[in-house]
Amino acid sequence: MTLLSGAQVHFLFQGLWWTVVLSVMAFVGGGLLGFVVAILRVYGPAFVRNLTMLYIKLVQGTPLLVLLSLTYFGLPTMGVTIDPLTAAGLGLSIYVSAYLGEIWRGCIESVPRTQSEAAECLALNWRQRLVHVILPQAVKIATPSTVGFMVQIVKNTSLASAIGFVELARAGQVINNSTFQPFVTFMLIAALYFALCYPLSVWSRRLERKFHVANR
Amino acid sequence: MSQIVKVESISKSFGPTRVLDGVSFNVDKGSVVAIIGRSGSGKSTALRCIDRLESVDSGQIEVCGHDITSPKLNLHQLRRDVGIVFQSYNLFPHMTVAQNIMLAPRLVLRRKRAELRDRAQEVLTQVGLADKADAYPSQLSGGQQQRVAIARSLAMSPQVMLFDEVTSALDPELTGEVLRVMEKLAADGMTMILVTHEMAFARKVADEVIFMHRGKVWEQGPGEMLDAPRTEELRNFVGSGL
Repeated sequence: MTLLSGAQVHFLFQGLWWTVVLSVMAFVGGGLLGFVVAILRVYGPAFVRNLTMLYIKLVQGTPLLVLLSLTYFGLPTMGVTIDPLTAAGLGLSIYVSAYLGEIWRGCIESVPRTQSEAAECLALNWRQRLVHVILPQAVKIATPSTVGFMVQIVKNTSLASAIGFVELARAGQVINNSTFQPFVTFMLIAALYFALCYPLSVWSRRLERKFHVANR
Repeated sequence: MSQIVKVESISKSFGPTRVLDGVSFNVDKGSVVAIIGRSGSGKSTALRCIDRLESVDSGQIEVCGHDITSPKLNLHQLRRDVGIVFQSYNLFPHMTVAQNIMLAPRLVLRRKRAELRDRAQEVLTQVGLADKADAYPSQLSGGQQQRVAIARSLAMSPQVMLFDEVTSALDPELTGEVLRVMEKLAADGMTMILVTHEMAFARKVADEVIFMHRGKVWEQGPGEMLDAPRTEELRNFVGSGL
């Protein structure tokens, strides 16, 4: 049993790199969009709140694979040309925004109402209350679960392989097609995913413990 | 003396429960009014209506020249003129004592940094906590937290201060230190409306005591009225309270 050639290892690490890039894109894009979703879900007028809830339900009730196919194969039929990286980034961002939006909504709402009331009575306007009183406390509550969710994001980027984007999982498939050593190849792929995800879950657990200690 | 708060026959219901039933009273500038009564008598709701934390169903309230019931009410200006302290302190846990106090003067009054720090020290000295500026709320006792809440309100130089059962969560010793701060405030001429269960304090410090019962002002008068209740209800209340 021969191990992988230098070129193959290089190819694999290129895939790893694109998995990281895709994860960061999904987290940043999904985070920004998710923040808007969370704010609208909590503070929007009833009509907007319902619309946001519908968005969350729709995205959460749709497989990511379908979302990615929609952005990659669907958008071009509407005249939008899109490369696999942008399509994957967009599809993942939408997917992530629905989950982070819902997680963060809960965190914003778990800051006691009396905090907002006290700030209101000090004549702070809505934006000032949000920025200086609500969000700093909500962020603290949200950090462990958000970092925990990042693990899901990293693993879910593997679905981008289905729209022809060569990230870690796809790189594994390509290599396996030439080496015919599925066990070794995919063990290696799994190990690389694990190497990305494990530090995140350790970090998340550590944050959670810190948070509980801080709130004792 | 001019009347700074005018409450005219306000009524309010929560669902089928009528919590305020034609309540009227006035507060002179510089005076201290204590509202007493059983839990559920509507006293806290009446106080919260003055700061527009609750809306009234009917009646009128005028505070520092603001018509609370008007749709054109400048809520922002009202909150600058009225300070309120709550039973649960409601300090911002992620900020130090000084940051808690300086937040509103910085954002709302746009004071300069040096000025902010001076004002924070000034109000902290007033409540006897000059050495706690850099502590976090969680490092303070309940009584200290409540005094910081008072200082935070004071820093905005309000014209009227409302106190909503501010000592109800404190043990007798801590209650004492908060009440002493409030007594000093009253002596300095602050207009104060307080909802309280501290009968002795109401009698000693308040210029006027309002006894509420079933959403109505049942009896009203100077502190001495507690020694000679005219109604059965106040007699029972005072009798059971002391």
